Amino acid sequence: MSPGLAAVATGFRGFARYLGGVLGADAYAKYLEHHHAAGHGEPPLTEREFWRDRTDRQDSNPQGRCC
Amino acid sequence: MASRPDEPVRAAKGRGPLTADPKLPPTAVDEAVREAEDKKWTPAKIALWAAIALLGGVAWFMLAIVRGETVNAIWFVFASVCTYLIGYRFYSKVIERLITKPDDRRATPAEYKADGKDYVRTDRNVLFGHHFAAIAGAGPLVGPIIAAQMGYLPGTIWIIIGVVLAGAVQDYLVMFFSMRRGGRSLGQMAREELGVIGGTAALIATLLIMVIIVAILALVVVNALGESPWGVFSVGMTIPIALFMGVYLRYIRPGKIMEVSLIGFVLLMAAIIGGGLVAETEWGSAFFTLDKVTIAWGLIVYGFIAAILPVWLLLAPRDYLSTFMKIGVIVMLALAIIVVRPEITVPAFSEFASRDNGPVFPGALFPFLFVTIACGALSGFHALISSGTTPKLIEKERQTRFIGYGGMLMESFVAIMALVAAISIDRGLYFAMNAPAALTGGTVETAAAWVNGLGLSGVNVSPAMLAETAANVGEQSIVSRTGGAPTLAVGLAHIMQQFIGGTALMAFWYHFAIMFEALFILTAVDAGTRVARFMLQDSIGNFIPKFKEHSWRPGAWLCTAVMVGAWGAVLLMGVTDPLGGINTLFPLFGIANQLLAAIALSVCLAIVAKRGSFKYLWIVAVPLAFAAVVTITASYQKIFSSTPAVGYFANNAAFTKALADGKTEFGTAKSVAAMEAVVRNTAIQGWLSVIFVVLSIIVITMALVATIKAFRNHSAGLPNVDNEDEARPSKVFAPAGLIPTPAERELEAEWNKLPAELRFERAGHHK
Repeated sequence: MSPGLAAVATGFRGFARYLGGVLGADAYAKYLEHHHAAGHGEPPLTEREFWRDRTDRQDSNPQGRCC
Repeated sequence: MASRPDEPVRAAKGRGPLTADPKLPPTAVDEAVREAEDKKWTPAKIALWAAIALLGGVAWFMLAIVRGETVNAIWFVFASVCTYLIGYRFYSKVIERLITKPDDRRATPAEYKADGKDYVRTDRNVLFGHHFAAIAGAGPLVGPIIAAQMGYLPGTIWIIIGVVLAGAVQDYLVMFFSMRRGGRSLGQMAREELGVIGGTAALIATLLIMVIIVAILALVVVNALGESPWGVFSVGMTIPIALFMGVYLRYIRPGKIMEVSLIGFVLLMAAIIGGGLVAETEWGSAFFTLDKVTIAWGLIVYGFIAAILPVWLLLAPRDYLSTFMKIGVIVMLALAIIVVRPEITVPAFSEFASRDNGPVFPGALFPFLFVTIACGALSGFHALISSGTTPKLIEKERQTRFIGYGGMLMESFVAIMALVAAISIDRGLYFAMNAPAALTGGTVETAAAWVNGLGLSGVNVSPAMLAETAANVGEQSIVSRTGGAPTLAVGLAHIMQQFIGGTALMAFWYHFAIMFEALFILTAVDAGTRVARFMLQDSIGNFIPKFKEHSWRPGAWLCTAVMVGAWGAVLLMGVTDPLGGINTLFPLFGIANQLLAAIALSVCLAIVAKRGSFKYLWIVAVPLAFAAVVTITASYQKIFSSTPAVGYFANNAAFTKALADGKTEFGTAKSVAAMEAVVRNTAIQGWLSVIFVVLSIIVITMALVATIKAFRNHSAGLPNVDNEDEARPSKVFAPAGLIPTPAERELEAEWNKLPAELRFERAGHHK
């Protein structure tokens, strides 16, 4: 890959990661990191359980969206 | 950082000193070093800011003073961006230094309440995008377009100056104070700071204001989709697309948000293209051409179902789609304006700037321009986002300036771009699109004749030109497509087709714009209904405790039905209004939004006073006074003005008298039923104005009482009650703004050298 192309690829990847962060795509990774760091005894939620829990909690804690 | 004379008197809550962990590097840049860095003006820095100031000055000169035939759109970009940079670099720092006084040695809620779910330390740049996506929606895309009736300059000045001195200040302060209170909501802060009366008034006002805001946003969608089979099809398709995404995320590939958003985006584009094909077929046109009343009912039924469906099925996936589109569209629009640089022929002040009978919205420039443009300059609704969600994610206290103040500047820029898009189209076309059908008559011939009869300089539209524009954008008609969204869509299509695709793609761009506006609005309608439902449930729960149980179905459904019924009634009133709907209701939207801003600023005023910063109270008091004067004057005129076009009750009286006189048509109402509708609508709108303004005056009064009380306590040397959470030492470090300063970089490097087990230590679980 030419250096120019590589730079474009890196830039694109960075943008995709940023967009993912804004959308909240990295929430599970952050949860795992927190779980690990906090030293909980019980095993962490699986990815499927985590996302289920996340949206289910939003049912009773709606986030506002502005006009 | 030792001596801070204005530091609030700490109530006896046993707040220990912020003892830093000796194993860790400092959690904040040393105050003296930061000060020195801030005050050091290198020649390069001076040159840079001089260049920014100069460019901004030239741009404002081009916009405000030079009176050529045309003005280039690029000057709007320079004037706004340079002013934002100066406001951000200088004014927001003044606020930081004198009012908020962040202390990075203190842990934020995301650190001391960390739970990996709601309280999560989030990278400042990511959070900036996240916060921006939450505050920016269709509002800044609609208000400036409606306000363009007065010419470009009043709106431009208000959007840019208003945001620097008012809107961004509100967002920043609310966010900071909520962060210091563990992410408490505006309602909770109002109750704490203003007492039961002020808090209750703020709660009721917020609830009513949300109803109005949701209703009028819904009205914008209905107006954009009425008699538009293409629009109905492609916007309707967003529902199955979102449902598919929801199921995909829940059962097929949980957590793959980027992947599903991309799939959703591709499907969305297919829906737009498909909409064009469907609308051309006979069955498609017959099936999807719906009148506004049908669409309004559809939206009401949809709103109820969407609000009781689980979040994962519809709301969450559509929110991903909406955020994805939001960022894409705004980048695209900015690029297009910079590349195409359209020439603007609209005058700085139009003929309507000095009159109070404009066809798009009635009322004089002061105060009605300042309520017509709410989002983008000063938006009270943001206070609901800036408290609660975002403060729970902030990593360091100093970052609130970047996220709160900076995020609002970004929304203001969106408003400027929307304004540019709206004024880049022909002025005659603008009035033909934005005046109610009662004036234009609804056909291209009557509309052209009416517009040409307005006597606007340089305006001459032909029926053929109106028909051609409609054909270009794939609509049956563009006459009286009020609400701002279609005008923005035509403007955006006009700019984008010069950028990509030419006239052949104009219809695509038009429907692309309609689609994303509808997407933003539907998300806001859903979320607004849900938030309002919980507020109602909690309020009723004070009397009937069962309602506080959020999982109790009958309560949830009843409260949802009440909220949907409330905004649905206002929506139907707007859709069927013989006077045109958007022009009578939009001022109410702006007034409601600005009154909410006045409430938020009142809460901030009381907090700032309790912190003892009396000398600099004007930083909050000036925008509060302005918002209060504008909204109370606007409400006063809406209630008491004797000009029927402006005053709701004057209109009400005129139509009541006409009915009593036995007339069968009056003004633009052509039947007795229509006249009765006007009497009913104006009464409801009038009383809503009365309720809003009374509630807001109560809140502002309570804030002034709290402020005076704080001043008396302060003078007498008594401590003021401080509702902040206890200060806890932070164990992390992150830079404050977009670009780290040299000192921040140095400190970051020090942190990066730490062994991993020390660096990732979080404070949350060591109770």
